[in-house]
Amino acid sequence: MKKWRCLVCDYIYDEAKGWPEEGIVAGTLWADVPAGWSCPDCGASKADFELIEN
Amino acid sequence: MTTTTFPTPMQWTDNKRYLWPLGALVLTLPLIGTFAYQATGWAVMLWIGFFIFYGLIPLADKLLGEDNANPPDAVMPALAADSYYRWALFASIPVYVTVWVYMLWFATTVEMPWYGWLGCAFTLGIGCGLAINIGHELGHQTSPLERFLAKFVLAPGAYGHFYTEHNRGHHTRVATPEDPATSRFGETFYEFLPRCIVGSFKSAWEIEAKRLKREGKSVWHYSNDNLQTWAMTLGFWASITVWLGWPALAMAVVAAVYGGSLLEVVNYLEHYGLKRQKRADGGYERCQPHHSWNSNHVVTNVLLYHLQRHSDHHANPTRGYQTLRNFDDVPRLPSGYAAMVLIAYFPPIWFRLMDPKVVDHFKGDMRKANIKPSMREAVIAKYSAAA
Repeated sequence: MKKWRCLVCDYIYDEAKGWPEEGIVAGTLWADVPAGWSCPDCGASKADFELIEN
Repeated sequence: MTTTTFPTPMQWTDNKRYLWPLGALVLTLPLIGTFAYQATGWAVMLWIGFFIFYGLIPLADKLLGEDNANPPDAVMPALAADSYYRWALFASIPVYVTVWVYMLWFATTVEMPWYGWLGCAFTLGIGCGLAINIGHELGHQTSPLERFLAKFVLAPGAYGHFYTEHNRGHHTRVATPEDPATSRFGETFYEFLPRCIVGSFKSAWEIEAKRLKREGKSVWHYSNDNLQTWAMTLGFWASITVWLGWPALAMAVVAAVYGGSLLEVVNYLEHYGLKRQKRADGGYERCQPHHSWNSNHVVTNVLLYHLQRHSDHHANPTRGYQTLRNFDDVPRLPSGYAAMVLIAYFPPIWFRLMDPKVVDHFKGDMRKANIKPSMREAVIAKYSAAA
């Protein structure tokens, strides 16, 4: 499971947690998150997220 | 019989395309003031920034009116990628920095009465205010060059904290009581200004401290965006003090304070009284188009790089200025920002004009509004009784 960070506001999308609030269930891979989805905190588009390297 | 033809993407042309460089050109107006002063000896000419910003621009907005047109969806990717728009924005940066240095040089080397000096400071301050807007547009882009230039252009006016606070503070908390940069129903501009400035500085510092801690670095690490831009401010201000003396520094400070107040009075207009509702889990709903006030007035939209298409900006913060769209059915200001700023300076007129619009927006259910805490219960009772 990976994490992706919003370049605008630092919100982190955690694949392990998903975003159940909008129907993205826990365990949803970043690639499977809909292209039209945007950052829940600031509205930046999916393309404005970067993979967090560990 | 007539046939109707719809424009295809190939035929569509951007009617604002060649107007965008005006954003850079308007920054040169202080020069005209100084030439006029030298030609006539009338120090009032040095107040040119005031006359244009508070007089000519609101008037031109009224005369030229609104433009509701949006580019067709099909041209959006090409429009977003067209580097002309990038360069039209970049062009404003050397113009601003040159005029900033020139005005400080002029005011400290040319003889003028005290009120001429003040006119220079305020005219320069309007430039600083416009530069914050340029830094705003640049700071939303994700490429390293734009992000560096954002910090740079904010530096002469000492507003670098905005780079951090705006994206990672204001955009996440917009239209909530927790946001220092969202004004509340019943709050005057003069109450909002100190709350916003103190809250924004504090927020910018905390956001970077938190990020650096997460990365295992000290808050004093050189990668702190606040420290980087404040170091640039120190560089600018120290250089002009060494070169032109303390009076130049005094003018840079007056211009920065006034320029900052211009940015904040615009913040005051943008979300007045609007509020995102809480979800069942206690978080706020997403920011939506109905959480910002908008204007389609052409003159101010060109000079502010479409900042007044504010709903689309908050819904899509990395969208470049040339692609921002008008939405129907969003909260709409009765005029462009320049005229609204003047109204915001006079709270009784502001409340009389804007409060009914906020009440209408919530259809009288003011429980949904963002209200100044001390009057919250009274406001809710007043309008629920009337409904």
